[in-house]
Amino acid sequence: MKEPVVKIEHLSFKYGEQEEYALKDLSLEIYDGEWLAIVGHNGSGKSTLAKLMNGLQYPQEGTVEICGIKLTEETIWEIRKLVGMVFQNPDNQFVGTTVQDDVAFGLENNGIPREEMVKRVDDSLKKVKMDQFRHLEPHHLSGGQKQRVAIAGVLALKPKIIILDEATSMLDPQGREEVLATIRDLKSTNKITVISITHDLEEAAKADRIVVMNRGRIYKQGTPEEIFQMEDELVELGLDIPFPVKIIKKLQEKGIFIDENYLSEEELVEKLWTFHSGK
Amino acid sequence: MTGKFILGRYVPADSLLHRMDPRAKLILIFLFVCVVFVANNPVTYGILLLYTFAMALLSKVPLRFILGGLKPILWLILFTFLLHLFLTRDGDVLFSIGRLEIYEGGVRQGIFISLRFFLLILMTSLLTLTTTPIQITDGLEILLGPLKKLNVPVHELALMMSISLRFIPTLMQETDKIMKAQTARGVDFSSGPLKQRIQAVIPLLVPLFISSFKRAEELAVAMEARGYRGGEGRTKFRQLHWAALDTVMLLVLVLITVLLVILRT
Amino acid sequence: MDISLREVEYRYQANTPFERLAIQDVSIDIPSGIYLAIIGHTGSGKSTVLQHLNAILKPTKGVVQIGDRTVTSEKKQKNLKEIRKRVGIVFQFPEHQLFEETVEKDICFGPMNFGVSEEEAKERAREVIKQVGLSEDILSKSPFDLSGGQMRRVAIAGVLAMKPDVIVLDEPTAGLDPRGRKEIMEMFYRLHKEKQLTTVLVTHSMEDAARYADKIVIMHKGKVYKEGTAEEIFASPEGLIELGLDVPDAVRFQQRIEKVFGTKLSKTCLTLDDLTEELTELLQGGGRK
Repeated sequence: MKEPVVKIEHLSFKYGEQEEYALKDLSLEIYDGEWLAIVGHNGSGKSTLAKLMNGLQYPQEGTVEICGIKLTEETIWEIRKLVGMVFQNPDNQFVGTTVQDDVAFGLENNGIPREEMVKRVDDSLKKVKMDQFRHLEPHHLSGGQKQRVAIAGVLALKPKIIILDEATSMLDPQGREEVLATIRDLKSTNKITVISITHDLEEAAKADRIVVMNRGRIYKQGTPEEIFQMEDELVELGLDIPFPVKIIKKLQEKGIFIDENYLSEEELVEKLWTFHSGK
Repeated sequence: MTGKFILGRYVPADSLLHRMDPRAKLILIFLFVCVVFVANNPVTYGILLLYTFAMALLSKVPLRFILGGLKPILWLILFTFLLHLFLTRDGDVLFSIGRLEIYEGGVRQGIFISLRFFLLILMTSLLTLTTTPIQITDGLEILLGPLKKLNVPVHELALMMSISLRFIPTLMQETDKIMKAQTARGVDFSSGPLKQRIQAVIPLLVPLFISSFKRAEELAVAMEARGYRGGEGRTKFRQLHWAALDTVMLLVLVLITVLLVILRT
Repeated sequence: MDISLREVEYRYQANTPFERLAIQDVSIDIPSGIYLAIIGHTGSGKSTVLQHLNAILKPTKGVVQIGDRTVTSEKKQKNLKEIRKRVGIVFQFPEHQLFEETVEKDICFGPMNFGVSEEEAKERAREVIKQVGLSEDILSKSPFDLSGGQMRRVAIAGVLAMKPDVIVLDEPTAGLDPRGRKEIMEMFYRLHKEKQLTTVLVTHSMEDAARYADKIVIMHKGKVYKEGTAEEIFASPEGLIELGLDVPDAVRFQQRIEKVFGTKLSKTCLTLDDLTEELTELLQGGGRK
């Protein structure tokens, strides 16, 4: 594949007084333009990993490199320009008093000249389809809309990588769908690397690659097809498996064998139809 | 907190006053506060009264709404009036009730001082009625800019204020939510003896504090992640525009000031 | 204890310029012992309905009957504690309501407000902490030293300790991971059965509604859009899909199958087991029915 934009080597990290390592000897490469999902139950270390990719925490052992720049106290501001982050709670990351003010916040911090700023705010709001809400105050927005504004705020800085740290976990199904659609859109029109930290399977199933975390280590990684083959193992890790995979498994128990793992319902229905008519 | 009280509330409309630059409005208010103390006879007070009402009309906020909203302050004004009425001993005695004597000067002073008070409150209400809090913050940040040289953290204060403004509705929602949750657990916020009601505040305040701290912490992390590192080297998205209108409005007040200085006794 | 809403309407900030109609002409029956699910989008009015169930809100029109108490817009309500003692509400993100120094004190807070003695309350705390799947030694800890999932359970224990007849759950699994979600839902179902509780679940999740509820009420734009058993509701899911509401995975898959195969399955499948059984028959049995 392409060159890695994130290169993590033998990373270990532990919070203050805690005994157990939040991350232990973790190595991972993330490639340019990839959509990577990092999954794991609460406390598996996945959010800590996100914080270490953005300099919100520093490695205690090992290294983190973003686009060839090693993360240290001197390079964090450079790295934060390359890595944008959307957090879990839609309210607690909305700084501006209106939508457009919030999108501009990151640009102001980086001293972008005003004319350029206006243009970028405009562009990014259009990308997340929030341009007609630009003058609204945050308490008039739904959770999904706030998260889209947060994404726009990140996009305005033109980062290489966007990290979604459980960005959909506090949203209702509608909001979740809005945010996922926005990300899918972005992936298809922009060259950006997306790292989504999640326990939402639908979100993970759409990624190019999934990393399963457990107790501060990478438990397994692979394409969604490969990962969801693990079934029972995943459930034991506190995760779930997509519905089509569950159907295939149940059918198998009843003596109907579908040779491949289908993650989308459309594909599985098609397959069942060929199976049915081919008999 | 909703009700009819208007101090600090913004009413959206498209008026001359709404369109003014917040800096101009702030300077105007500051000047007005000084000018009010120039007036000292019926003519000068009359001019000020006329000016203030003209401004109120220009704001396009219904006059009845403004005056209705000042009702809670009426008591304070009345109190000021009575205080001066009874305590000033100047001029002829108008009449006396028992040992209480009312002087002519007392009536005069009472009327003037409470009028002064009324005008000040009306004008400041006009400022907040026609200017969003964030505009006021922006205006203040620029006007107080020179204080940065004296190491006053003007930018930080302005940011603090704008973030507080941003979070007021969020906190109101949160308060409502926690109140309901504790009501469901048997807390009575609205009746019972005073002591009980004060105690009822603890299950409300503790969760509010805790969640505010959590919010503040998360917000700080989010701000850092978005590259915030103090006011240095920052550019500004929101801009203020000083137009001819602003200069004209200020000039009008300056003229009135001159007029008052001439007409005062 | 039966609860019923009759033609209930509620307006927020009635008679001000900010007035907003939240629910209108809502009639719902909640007979004792039922597991009822109320479903709808954010803003459909389901949270407003919930707050009528223990008289936190008073209808602006219509009648709410809670046991033998009648709540209407006219009547000045006294002694609402009686109602609140019997109808416990677990609000969304209930961990936000914790405030005491220890878990035990927090759990005792509700019961003691309702006149239970301290001893009895402590006794209950020991009982409910186990019901929510935590160990007794957590009682002496500060609730703020616990993990998010544990805090949620402590908050739930605080409501259970009131020993309500009716328990109302507002999105009790919001923000939890899949395992946590399943555990909490299973726990409430077990309590529902064991304690013969009346349970009202307000949720976005059709999956949970289909799995646990005896009856489902679907709210849309402040009105009851549809109500019935899961089978009745999902027999014709097209309307729901049009409203942008989810349907259970099995129902959605059945729809797809029926469309592609051009045939109807013999029943509405609500669970994976139902669905695979029908599929097996369809695939192995060959031919159309």
